[in-house]
Amino acid sequence: MKYLDEYRDPVLARQLLDELRRTATRPWRIMEMCGGQTHTLVRQGIDELLPAGMRMIHGPGCPVCVTPLETLDRAMAVAARPGVLLTSFGDMLRVPGTDTDLLSLRARGADVRVVYAPMDAVRLAAEHPDREVVFLAVGFETTAPANAMAVLHAARLGLANFSMLVSHVLVPPAMTALLDDPDCEVQAFLAAGHVCAVMGWREYEPIAARYHVPVVVTGFEPLDLLEGILMAVRQLESGWYEVENQYVRAVRRAGNTAAQDAMRRVFRVTDRAWRGIGELPDSGLELAEEYHGFDAARRFDVGGLCPVEDAECIAGTILTGARLPTDCTAYGTRCTPRHPLGAPMVSSEGTCAAFHTAGRTPTRSTA
Amino acid sequence: MNIQCPLPAHEGEVVLLGHGAGGRLTGELLDQLVLPAVGGGTGPLEDAALLPGHPRLVMSTDSFVVSPLFFPGGDIGSLAVHGTVNDLAMRGAWPLALSVSLIVEEGLPLAELRAVMESLGKAAQDVGVPVITGDTKVVGRGAADRLFINTTGVGQRHELLAPSAALAHPGDAVLLSGSIGLHGTTVLGTREGLGFESDIASDSRPLHRLVRALAPLGDAVHVLRDPTRGGLAAALNEIARDSSAAVEVEESAVPVPEAVASACDLLGLDPLVVANEGCLVAFVEADAAESALAAMRSVPEGARAVRIGEVLREGPRGRVTLRTLVGARRIVEMPLGEQLPRIC
Repeated sequence: MKYLDEYRDPVLARQLLDELRRTATRPWRIMEMCGGQTHTLVRQGIDELLPAGMRMIHGPGCPVCVTPLETLDRAMAVAARPGVLLTSFGDMLRVPGTDTDLLSLRARGADVRVVYAPMDAVRLAAEHPDREVVFLAVGFETTAPANAMAVLHAARLGLANFSMLVSHVLVPPAMTALLDDPDCEVQAFLAAGHVCAVMGWREYEPIAARYHVPVVVTGFEPLDLLEGILMAVRQLESGWYEVENQYVRAVRRAGNTAAQDAMRRVFRVTDRAWRGIGELPDSGLELAEEYHGFDAARRFDVGGLCPVEDAECIAGTILTGARLPTDCTAYGTRCTPRHPLGAPMVSSEGTCAAFHTAGRTPTRSTA
Repeated sequence: MNIQCPLPAHEGEVVLLGHGAGGRLTGELLDQLVLPAVGGGTGPLEDAALLPGHPRLVMSTDSFVVSPLFFPGGDIGSLAVHGTVNDLAMRGAWPLALSVSLIVEEGLPLAELRAVMESLGKAAQDVGVPVITGDTKVVGRGAADRLFINTTGVGQRHELLAPSAALAHPGDAVLLSGSIGLHGTTVLGTREGLGFESDIASDSRPLHRLVRALAPLGDAVHVLRDPTRGGLAAALNEIARDSSAAVEVEESAVPVPEAVASACDLLGLDPLVVANEGCLVAFVEADAAESALAAMRSVPEGARAVRIGEVLREGPRGRVTLRTLVGARRIVEMPLGEQLPRIC
């Protein structure tokens, strides 16, 4: 199979693991930034086969998990309004807000629909001129260009009934925030391949140089992860630190400049709160002034929101890699995918969900 | 109108779509609400039930609500026949008769209804099962999604064949009759217009002849199950639970077609939890595994039958584990409910 089987070959995987065991002489700590990478690591059990003492730290790269509670509550308040058709990607629908989630709201009569691309939401707006079609736009740099294109397309069509609830986040500020934490254990990063397919890796070069951390742009298949880890360990063992590209089949240093242009046209950088982490300066995107007419947060006055996080949820420490899901007192008991207390247990990219789906228990984890 | 906190009440009060997806939510609904109300027993929930007082007769009923009505590889009419025939077959039975009930939404073009019924009739004829009774209701626009079909079937067990989800034994070989994930990805792709339907077709087909091929093995065939809603993961978990068995599957042995793997990869879905309509898992005595594979491969619907795992002699009872491609072990959980495509 072209570009799938090649990266799931069991023989090559074992060869890479053997090479990793020969190379690693110390218990290195490497963070994978992306939730998709976390799921591959956990689903395949790669993190359990690493050399003794070596550990993967699961990073904050789940866009669903880091979407602020207030954004979710706002989305649900908007969806509950008469005449609104709220759209988003599938895994946003089960994330708990303060009191409910979008799937439950749908079951009670709200018009909440899964779309597979933001352009689908624009199409719905064109088909339903009597409805207010709102797209809940979350994600890292990966989804931002397509969302920007949707706004540009809606503007071209002159759609007055289309808007976006924007909560985009950016990777580099999260990396520096983690590294600035004096308790940070991360010694190297696996950067998310699809983010770099858009942005390239020039943004990571000053981070690698300033903090002396290797950064390896890495894909999502088992062999991608194993090769990325091996490349990071080789740098760590040799005492050098630069940005390397494992994901050569998809990523160039400059990234996709056309996608970047669309992003810059439609969005501008802003401070952003990350769920479980808090406010990080210049870490998000919001609609540029020219496109404020498409801003659902401005269009709909939903009154004063009062988001309240569950006191028992330790999502913040999970998202920064300081704790494992199995460290949480509620893991697998009061917090399950059926009754999640926090987003990492519900999102298909969440670390807690990855652990739970793979049947990890406190006595069988990767600590 | 401003919506003030708190937002509408807790989600536990209404039925969610996930309650119908064949996973843990469905199990909870049955255990806590449906079965207590009808005085259901505490035994395993099988694909078809033995008819009280008639030990060789089995009965099964199923409702088909698939959208769209037509999809590559099938339609709701043929699916309604195959689904119930297969549920009978999973108890080792040959289909004797079917009933067909229609719930039609006002406004459905007669041409579409005719096409569905012709397909249903042809499927029943191909299977060799007569439709002996039925019912037709029409409901107002919006009260149904175009067309729902219920089929009920009665079947007669093959001599010596008495499979049950509770009969998996330590040492059993776990066999799979064909590829997984085709039906679920086809229907999703067609419904949502994702553009990969040309590469994939549903595996919808009757499995009664495949089961007849296994009949000579008699009681060496312990369990038969067609992994429909909830996919292979749900089917194996149900068997592991009902048999208190430790089931282990080799990931590299599970046949996932290229197009299914690519579609699941794109959408963030796990092929193990995607629905099927034309394959079965069989737990058979280890000594009979090769004979069973040969028997399955002797009919077209089992041509690609493979051994995917075994029931461990020692291991966590009621659990399904997977040997991953890189040689680690992970637990395969019962899926929760609806599968939701991921964000990126």
